[in-house]
Amino acid sequence: MEKTNQLFCRGGGCTAKLGPAVLERVLSKLPKPEDTNLLIGCESSDDAAVYQVTDDLAVVQTLDFFPPMVEDPYVFGQIAAANALSDVWAMGGTAKTALNIVCFPEQMDLNVLGAIMAGGSDKVREAGASLVGGHSIADTDVKYGLSVMGTVHPNKIRANNTCRIGDHLILTKPLGVGLILSASRVGQAKPEWVEAAIQSMTTLNRWACEAADAFDVHACTDVTGFGLLGHLHEMIQPAYSAVVRASSVPILEGARDCAEAFMMTAAAQRTRNFLKGQVRFALQDFGLEEILFDPQTSGGLLMSVPEGQSEAMLEEIRQLGLTCGMIGSIVPRMDCDIIVTG
Amino acid sequence: MMTVNALGKACPLPVVEAKHALAEAANGDTVHVLVDDEIAVQNLTKMAKQKRYPVCDGKTEDGMYYVDIVKDAQAAEAADEPVSCVPINSGKTVVVLSADVMGCGNDELGHALMKGFVFALTQLDDAPDTVLLYNGGAKLSSEVPETIADLKKLEEAGTEILTCGTCLNFYGLTEKLAVGSVTNMYVICETMESAGKVIRP
Repeated sequence: MEKTNQLFCRGGGCTAKLGPAVLERVLSKLPKPEDTNLLIGCESSDDAAVYQVTDDLAVVQTLDFFPPMVEDPYVFGQIAAANALSDVWAMGGTAKTALNIVCFPEQMDLNVLGAIMAGGSDKVREAGASLVGGHSIADTDVKYGLSVMGTVHPNKIRANNTCRIGDHLILTKPLGVGLILSASRVGQAKPEWVEAAIQSMTTLNRWACEAADAFDVHACTDVTGFGLLGHLHEMIQPAYSAVVRASSVPILEGARDCAEAFMMTAAAQRTRNFLKGQVRFALQDFGLEEILFDPQTSGGLLMSVPEGQSEAMLEEIRQLGLTCGMIGSIVPRMDCDIIVTG
Repeated sequence: MMTVNALGKACPLPVVEAKHALAEAANGDTVHVLVDDEIAVQNLTKMAKQKRYPVCDGKTEDGMYYVDIVKDAQAAEAADEPVSCVPINSGKTVVVLSADVMGCGNDELGHALMKGFVFALTQLDDAPDTVLLYNGGAKLSSEVPETIADLKKLEEAGTEILTCGTCLNFYGLTEKLAVGSVTNMYVICETMESAGKVIRP
């Protein structure tokens, strides 16, 4: 790769998210919107806003952008777009239009920007949506993402906190992206680990979302900056808890090596602090804990489905070539929100 | 003492540099790591604890943070020895009420029998240590006036009254719980497991 095509990355992707504790403190001070057509607003920590237009049509609105986490600008554009589009599929919707969000240093080579936007454009097309413009700002560092509009039938919205007792939890992509990229930044990741992580990040959640259409998905979210445990925590209500079975969690090759070599991000530790007392590890496995807290850029969908349908749905998703897993279940209320066991 | 200046460096760099310093340090040496945020302190502490090295941290005079890690191979070995623990049987008496009826056959009769049973509990010389209520049993601590009153008496006599929160929620009785506290499946299971005697009418 030519030097001029390189981005300067330092802890980009979803690791750049502000911690959940900080966010909650700021957001709780804002007045709540009162429009009754707003089906999903800001009461729940949901992935996107959903606004009902007619009896059979609602609009899904979301945005996401971040600094680079890989050196190749075209790949970065693809990942940023796949990540931003994902929120629409997390709600069970269909992506329709997208707008670019760009921050770019004036003195930097414009070909880099061209490559980023080409990557983004390719993913928007693969999503079946139209890229229709955007907004660019001169800034000291590169940042890129999309604002996405999608549609969904009001009866088919997949909220994130409507699990039912007995449900199985399905995760559609392997974990460990944050750890591997972190190791890659200090030159300690094998090229094949990084390649597999990039392959996973550039994969659209569209396919897993559509495969799930044939099943009764009770709740759904996508796993991004707060890691598996952070996003699973957002799905939990006081009447139930979740049990995560560590042995069936899909994990990228090399992620465990990176965790055991302490390639830890600040974001994972912030989520760990936020969830203190709400997650209990019933096994001693340091590497696994780090993987479960690991911030994911363009991570998979996490779906809560009836016990009797999980096997068939998992098979459908596996057919798409995704490394997925039935990672646990929703159980009657226990002593904390999430219990991780062997 | 070796000093690692990781000021202004983002995770995982402070940990990576501290690891290198520890690898070079002689046994018993202290590695002094300077960082500028608390999250880095926590990540360094996690690494040291995982390696079972003694660790402490603090703030410097100019508002920075430091973490001191002692490369102590002996401490690491000692910590590896297995710890044995033997559970103590507390011998507690636990009453389990899993329905609002007692026995099967006729539910009208069964409900009356259950009310009688709860009343009888209050008449015992030794009140049970714990009463667990789940599924239909949750109605006894939230909906049925007679049993609520009797359970209150038991509570005054020192009995712990615990009702399954999931069950209250299921029956829409969460707001009505009138005696004792809400519990979860973990506590229910643990209470039965550690009991000396479990009574199920």
